Amino acid sequence: MGIACRSTGVQHMTSNNASIEIRDLYKIFGKSPAQHVDAVRSGMTKAELAKVHGQILGLNNINISMPAGKIQVVMGLSGSGKSTLIRHINRLIEPTSGSIMIDGRNVLDMSELELREFRRNHTAMVFQRFGLLPHRTVIDNVTFGLEVRGVEAAKSRDTAMGWIDRVGLSGFETRYPNELSGGMQQRVGLARALSNNASILLMDEAYSALDPLIRTDMQTMLLELQTELEKTIVFITHDLDEALRLGDQIVILRDGSIIQQGDSQDILLRPADDYIERFVKDVNRGRFIKVDAIMESLLQSESRSLPKLKSGLTLETAAKELTNSSYDSAFVTGDGGRPLGLISLRQITAALSSGAVA
Amino acid sequence: MDWLFRFPQLDPEFLLAVKRAIDGALKALTRGYGQSIEDFFYPLQRVLIFFESTISNAPWPLVVIALAVIAWFAARRWAVVAAVVGTLIAIGLLGLWQDAMKTISLVFTSTIFAIAIGIPLGILMNRYKRVGGVMQTVLDVMQTMPPFVYLIPVVMLLGIGRVPGFIAVVIYAIPPIIRLTDLGIRLVDKEVLEAADAYGCSRSQKLWKVQIPLAMPTIMAGINQTIMMALGMVVIASMIGVQGLGLNVLQAIANQYFTQGIFNGFAIVGIAIIFDRISQAYGHRLQKHRGAAHD
Repeated sequence: MGIACRSTGVQHMTSNNASIEIRDLYKIFGKSPAQHVDAVRSGMTKAELAKVHGQILGLNNINISMPAGKIQVVMGLSGSGKSTLIRHINRLIEPTSGSIMIDGRNVLDMSELELREFRRNHTAMVFQRFGLLPHRTVIDNVTFGLEVRGVEAAKSRDTAMGWIDRVGLSGFETRYPNELSGGMQQRVGLARALSNNASILLMDEAYSALDPLIRTDMQTMLLELQTELEKTIVFITHDLDEALRLGDQIVILRDGSIIQQGDSQDILLRPADDYIERFVKDVNRGRFIKVDAIMESLLQSESRSLPKLKSGLTLETAAKELTNSSYDSAFVTGDGGRPLGLISLRQITAALSSGAVA
Repeated sequence: MDWLFRFPQLDPEFLLAVKRAIDGALKALTRGYGQSIEDFFYPLQRVLIFFESTISNAPWPLVVIALAVIAWFAARRWAVVAAVVGTLIAIGLLGLWQDAMKTISLVFTSTIFAIAIGIPLGILMNRYKRVGGVMQTVLDVMQTMPPFVYLIPVVMLLGIGRVPGFIAVVIYAIPPIIRLTDLGIRLVDKEVLEAADAYGCSRSQKLWKVQIPLAMPTIMAGINQTIMMALGMVVIASMIGVQGLGLNVLQAIANQYFTQGIFNGFAIVGIAIIFDRISQAYGHRLQKHRGAAHD
């Protein structure tokens, strides 16, 4: 299903300053969580806490700055606390201690009414198993957020139709969710979230339940939409390929703690520990590492005539282009063909085969 | 060793005194407030009489058509409509039309009341866990108490007739609708509830837009059970002067009229089938879109 590039009835955010600042966030699940925060702060591990006090450490000292208008991926395996973390941003889960600042307001200080207003107007969420209302048609699911907010029916219908069209579901408006495939159901979930016109989009393993091919389609659609919408997206996944493909920034969680933060190049080229290295090993590096990350800077102005590779190119493409030319190195060029650095086939091969890059 | 074979019961004099005190209090209550209690229930009596006379005095073809139309809209299947019409005609041919109408009218009104009281109670039970715990116990008692026992206090307070019969029926039939409303709300998918929260639903929005609609198939199962129990109790309530098919059964027992008993019994079964098929078919139709996703 293609993505129609019409935007009838769809309003866009003109500016998005909804950065998310998470500071010193702790979450302990148990009967008396507050009593144990200090113990955890001073170094008690998840295992110790569970053994000695029978409490589960959900999140341990989380600090993340999620930039506005970017995709922040939170990656981890099950039990790493990633779903717990995303539920703190709209406070579906109450923290044990810490702060989450969004647009100058601490989400954790909001009253029930403020929180409701915040959820209605500033965040929208997409769920792993879609979270659609089975008794409502596609269009009535998509208008749900607007209806809750009290937008008049005709207007929310227009908005919803626009987004249904954008996610490629035109003609399915009057179907029920159980008449649709998983991929189509998640498009409904996405259209519902986008209809809300919120600056923050929370996606909790949104694509994990989908088939690999459908998943790639949905990723492409999200990236295309994002170039235009520039929302602050928090994307949860257990799939490193997905994380690398989507994430402007990536955080990797394990046992409730952050073990690495950075962009895809940092994760691939400088994995923080063995655990991440094991993940990274199985990734197709050529598809994700960019020439910029491994090029040598130019010491003096080079006069050699070499082929030019555009900045931002993946190693896979770079290697192909370089092999097709008769040279074994090339300039990496930025805007207007200005050379930024030098890259050789040998460097590319080295980077593809291991993480060892000087 | 005598004490081993005789249970050490409370002093018989004392027990007698207790029974006397309670019954006396109830009698005093009836004597003192009997009139005001009756006045209080007078509007209810009007409603019951109104329904009963409407359905009994209506031309029989109109009643048949009305029930057939209801059956069609609830089930959207001709088989159900045919079953309803056939059963009604059979009842009429056996000469039980008037009695059957009285029974249907009482079952109908008491079910409506049971639903109107039961669903809100079920919602309360679900929302406030402590209320829920107490209510669970009360419902257990209500469902195991022999139905005849309900008749005693209502007769003492209100005498015999429609209103006490109606009250006994509602009390007897209400537990399933309360329980299944609570259960239905509890069974709503957690992720859908989370979605409702994430989109900023208030409590009442969540209840009316998500929980109740999704609990509806279970609630319908409760309504179905409530109807069946009401129908059962209507027969027993004939002992306190409720007219209709039940009274004929009671006479048949007293006089050993086997055939009268069987005919009336079958008429009751027929009415049960009508109510059951209509409410079940409606419940099924509600579930049409609830199936799991096929992907």
